[in-house]
Amino acid sequence: MRIELVKRKEHSRTMALLSPLIAVALTALSAAILFSITGHNPLIGLYKFFIEPLTQQWSLEATIDKATPLILIGCGLAVCYLSNNWNIGAEGQFVVGALFGSALPILFPSFENVITLPLMLLFGAIGGALWALIPALLKTRFNTNEILTSLMLVYVAGLLLDYLVRGPWRDPDGYNFPESRIFSDAATLPEVFGGAMSLSAPITIVIAIVLAIVLAKTLKGFEIRVMGESPRAGSFAGFSAKRLTLFSFAIAGALAGLAGTMEVSGALNQLLPSISPGYGFTAIIVAFLGRLNPIGIIIAGFVLALSYIGGEGVQSAMGVSNEIASVIQGLLLFFVLACDTLILYRIRMVSRRVPTGEASHV
Amino acid sequence: MFEAVLLTVITAATPLLIAAVGELVVERSGVLNLGVEGMMIMGAVIGFAVANQTGSGSLGVVAAVVAGMAMSALFAFLVLFLVANQVATGLALTILGIGLSGMIGEAFIGVPGLDLPQLYIPVLSEIPFIGPVFFQQDALVYLSFALVAAVAYCLFRTRLGLVLRAVGDNHGSAHALGYSVLKIRFMAILFGGACAGLAGAYLSLAYTPQWVENMTAGRGWIALALVVFSSWLPLRVVVGAYLFGAVSVLNLHAQALEFDIPSQLLSSLPYLATIGVLVLISANRRLTLVNTPACLGKPFVPDR
Repeated sequence: MRIELVKRKEHSRTMALLSPLIAVALTALSAAILFSITGHNPLIGLYKFFIEPLTQQWSLEATIDKATPLILIGCGLAVCYLSNNWNIGAEGQFVVGALFGSALPILFPSFENVITLPLMLLFGAIGGALWALIPALLKTRFNTNEILTSLMLVYVAGLLLDYLVRGPWRDPDGYNFPESRIFSDAATLPEVFGGAMSLSAPITIVIAIVLAIVLAKTLKGFEIRVMGESPRAGSFAGFSAKRLTLFSFAIAGALAGLAGTMEVSGALNQLLPSISPGYGFTAIIVAFLGRLNPIGIIIAGFVLALSYIGGEGVQSAMGVSNEIASVIQGLLLFFVLACDTLILYRIRMVSRRVPTGEASHV
Repeated sequence: MFEAVLLTVITAATPLLIAAVGELVVERSGVLNLGVEGMMIMGAVIGFAVANQTGSGSLGVVAAVVAGMAMSALFAFLVLFLVANQVATGLALTILGIGLSGMIGEAFIGVPGLDLPQLYIPVLSEIPFIGPVFFQQDALVYLSFALVAAVAYCLFRTRLGLVLRAVGDNHGSAHALGYSVLKIRFMAILFGGACAGLAGAYLSLAYTPQWVENMTAGRGWIALALVVFSSWLPLRVVVGAYLFGAVSVLNLHAQALEFDIPSQLLSSLPYLATIGVLVLISANRRLTLVNTPACLGKPFVPDR
């Protein structure tokens, strides 16, 4: 007996919908095993991790807060990955966006009026886009591998933030703590729906829906998908791979930068030496779990946000290390990638007797 | 002073060298494993944990190698058998490795580590200056050079190396000639995992004998860049690794000299240097095109 893959004649639509669900189910199963190994009741663990955060108002609100940046960054990354541009530096674009967005309230704290916040968001998007354009330009100009350069810039961005909050941007009245001044009310993202969520959540959903329409219904969306699947065919249609690389990186950077600014303006209200629990990397998982589709990414963002809240939950309730959250996130991406195989291939059992010559020519 | 600097350069370069030479073999077989960082950090934590529990540094090193191989086997299963996207799977390996290592390592934070013994080569180690630098290192430093020599010899002077390169350059032809592309790639991936695990063990047992969360700090990624820098030639990896080793210890020594430069700028130098070097190398099309394995990153599905 041997197991082998047989290529399907066309993509399986059922599997395209089912594969993320199978992946989540397999992840939950592995999580249960992980809980058992570490000496905890797997059922209670799973409940605390995946279900309990959804049953209480505060944890539901916290889940929305975490899902928002993940969805926004994931949407941008989807544009990159669909067009075959491997931007894995969203974490750095998030940070630099936050720095650009915070420049206004930190350097000009007395500039308080109705345009403060829109300007901050604009600067944040520009900052993230500029940071993302570095690897894009190096790729288009010098053919440099964008995976490595975009990732290296994550470390540089983190050190830049560290330098600013410990040096020039440190709060003058902050007793030497490494943090910036607290933003004024005019620079703070308001809460909506009676304080249930920050304004960042509805902004993010609107952007995701717009992006879904652009990808599905417009020429630009078509260009992105064609260039990803067959750059040669795309070039016959007159699409430029280089221009698309710059475009997709700029979009991803802008969305990550916007997410960064909304995080410091809404959730944190100041700059700290560390402003992200790895959103930029988790968003990669979100993008793939959401099958690179903005609507799927909205759902995937909530699933991954749950893992942050659930991780804290099992830590406080059962004493499990909250590192279990990142283990579960990593496993989830593995299972998503493994299950995606089912979309293109069927799994078949073959007995050894079959003459290899005519075993399968599908 | 110069001697001390040189010694720190060697310890900083060794893990880069080991990890990069392993990845070079993987890429020569046509597979891009971006999970070096994840395998390396697993090697670091498992190596530390086993050395700590058993009191034996060598056992720690062996365990780290096994951990790296186990991680790479997971990668191999996905990209070879399930034909998953290599870039995304490599990323998944890194994310998983960082998470797992954090979970395993939690119990070992702040626990004093075990330092690998220095090997004194008799007579030679007593030569002034040259002795301490070249003949009083721990075993892994010597091993790293042996590894490079062995890989260089194997790749270009043996039949095995020829087959491996054939698989990486044209998997269709290699398959048609009757070589098992997937089996050879699987072996190469395991070798890369073993090297990454070993490099991780060097970090937690020799470089800084302790466990710190995320202690690889991007070294796995720098090792990946070194493979590009070397244009897939083992001997050039040595040059690259020592160059980067030197850049990464600048921070340490500049602080001692009290230069008035923000430490964050110095810390970011290895990352900026990586970008700079990648640009220089990749701008030179002639250099890269000659040695880049033609099937790098392309999946192979045997047509049965």
